[in-house]
Amino acid sequence: MSAATMANVSVTRAEVEDFLYHEAMLLDDWRLKEWEELLADDATYYIPANDDLDGDFKSSLYIISDDRERIRQRIIRVLDPNCHAEFPRSRLCRLITNVRITGVEGDIVKVAANFSCYRYRRYQREFVYVGKYEYQLRKRGNSFKIKERRVLLAAHELGQLGSVSFVL
Amino acid sequence: MTGARSFVVDDREKGIFLLDREALVSEDVLRGEMKNIFAKCWIYVGHGSELKRNGDFHTRKVAGRPVIFARDGKGQVRCHFNTCRHRGALVCTERKGNTRRFNCVYHGWIYNNDGSMARVPGDEAYTAAFDQSTFGLKAPARFEQYRDFWFMNLDADAQPLVEYLGEATDYIDLVVDQSPSNTMEVIAGTQEYDVNANWKLMVENSVDDYHLPSTHSTWLNFMANSGVKVEAPKDPSLVLPTHGLAIDLGNGHFTTDNINFRGRPVAAWIPIYGEDAKPEMDAIRQELVERVGADRAKRICDTNRNLVIFPNLVINDGSSVTIRTFFPDGANKMHVTAWALGPVEESESMRARRLDAFLTFYGPGGFATPDDVEALELVQQGLANYTDDRWSEMSRGMGREAAQLNSDEHHLRTFWRHWDKMMAGGSSGEQA
Repeated sequence: MSAATMANVSVTRAEVEDFLYHEAMLLDDWRLKEWEELLADDATYYIPANDDLDGDFKSSLYIISDDRERIRQRIIRVLDPNCHAEFPRSRLCRLITNVRITGVEGDIVKVAANFSCYRYRRYQREFVYVGKYEYQLRKRGNSFKIKERRVLLAAHELGQLGSVSFVL
Repeated sequence: MTGARSFVVDDREKGIFLLDREALVSEDVLRGEMKNIFAKCWIYVGHGSELKRNGDFHTRKVAGRPVIFARDGKGQVRCHFNTCRHRGALVCTERKGNTRRFNCVYHGWIYNNDGSMARVPGDEAYTAAFDQSTFGLKAPARFEQYRDFWFMNLDADAQPLVEYLGEATDYIDLVVDQSPSNTMEVIAGTQEYDVNANWKLMVENSVDDYHLPSTHSTWLNFMANSGVKVEAPKDPSLVLPTHGLAIDLGNGHFTTDNINFRGRPVAAWIPIYGEDAKPEMDAIRQELVERVGADRAKRICDTNRNLVIFPNLVINDGSSVTIRTFFPDGANKMHVTAWALGPVEESESMRARRLDAFLTFYGPGGFATPDDVEALELVQQGLANYTDDRWSEMSRGMGREAAQLNSDEHHLRTFWRHWDKMMAGGSSGEQA
């Protein structure tokens, strides 16, 4: 049964918040293998260009446009000590707030949240990534699988943030 | 030439090439670069395709100068200084748009999109000495294009752009010829990021294939995981899977010229593109063969190159095509802007593959560029010892009798020799 014809699942903001906070902890702590278990088989991860937030990944150059296999390869890469941009690994701390359920279609729950993600490297400038997360979560029992994870950066350009070399 | 000193030790007979690291850290050197290089050379502004309709504009900084890159009401591409003639404010604050007029918010002076003065509010308060018609927006002394790549020059006496580009035009042609109508376009979505490193380190890094196995082993792993052959070659002189050259193009321009192994949207299939891409990519190659002949089609599809137009434009025609330019913000920092380029008639499916291929390597979230950024920043941090550890060693390949390889440092030396000559007051190019 497709999401369009299925009865809408019931979901509370508290459930969604618990899930997002858990995910944030796994990402901040570099527990990326466990994070990967939160992903649906068709999961995607997008960061559009700062100057074209509404662009489609098929016709606009994104910063990151990963399908499920590319996410798998990204995890292999960033956990490798030869990923120089993240070795030694950045210390990460993300704050998630303004969590809203923006729609439910069948078993898909659409969620928006604001974030600020602090990233620290030794002797380097402080990196603060600020923006909005947009999720499509597939409800599975008491939890969720991530179908789509979209990061919309508030800054007009990456500028001093340099790279997005970790999972934002 | 008075008072100039050289920053390189260049002994071709003995095979010694050393760079004085002060060139990479000194604010005095940067001031010299602004005067001797950025005010004399042709500097990339933008691509004509970014201005599709009359009235379209982009504001950006080019060589530190705020400019408006615009197509006026008659279709002419222009570059205005984004500075009000009255008291100097920016007259356009939007990033991009379409307009007939640029209005200064301070006292309301208004300019037409061709830069001419439209209206000064309250002009009855001026004397006859004030000729309103002479108050159009100023522009760089020169503004010229080659195949829709637009450059400005602050030096009115500079040689024409096409002469300045010289042999580099052959390599731009190899990019533009990828379009059946010889029309490439900049694709939406701009990557703008800072690197806390001297701008010249990005010049070096953009063409330096010596660093690939060490800096980008995770990218090579990703390629291998995705079914691309990346084994080390039998020839011990090669550090990459295939053979490649470093070529001096004159006037400080240079390029790598490599046999491709990494896949190209036009049109070398690798498994990352997926089986369903094969028929379409075969058709792209077939069109190319019919249009330019088998030899040139092979040249375009089966070789890749990273081209540097002196001083700060890079066109990487590799896993995808990217235009990259960068400008110093102090001796220890640069702003980088990168765009993707593709043929205008590209199908939706092929455009999507081109963008996907771009992100396998390039950009702030790519599988390689973040490690380049890291390497450059590590260099800049290490250079803090320059007074006691003065010289960078750049002689790799100097004793090679055969053609210089992409993993040698010949092309880097080409850059530094030209840079050194210009810093001493030399001309931006050989006069034709």
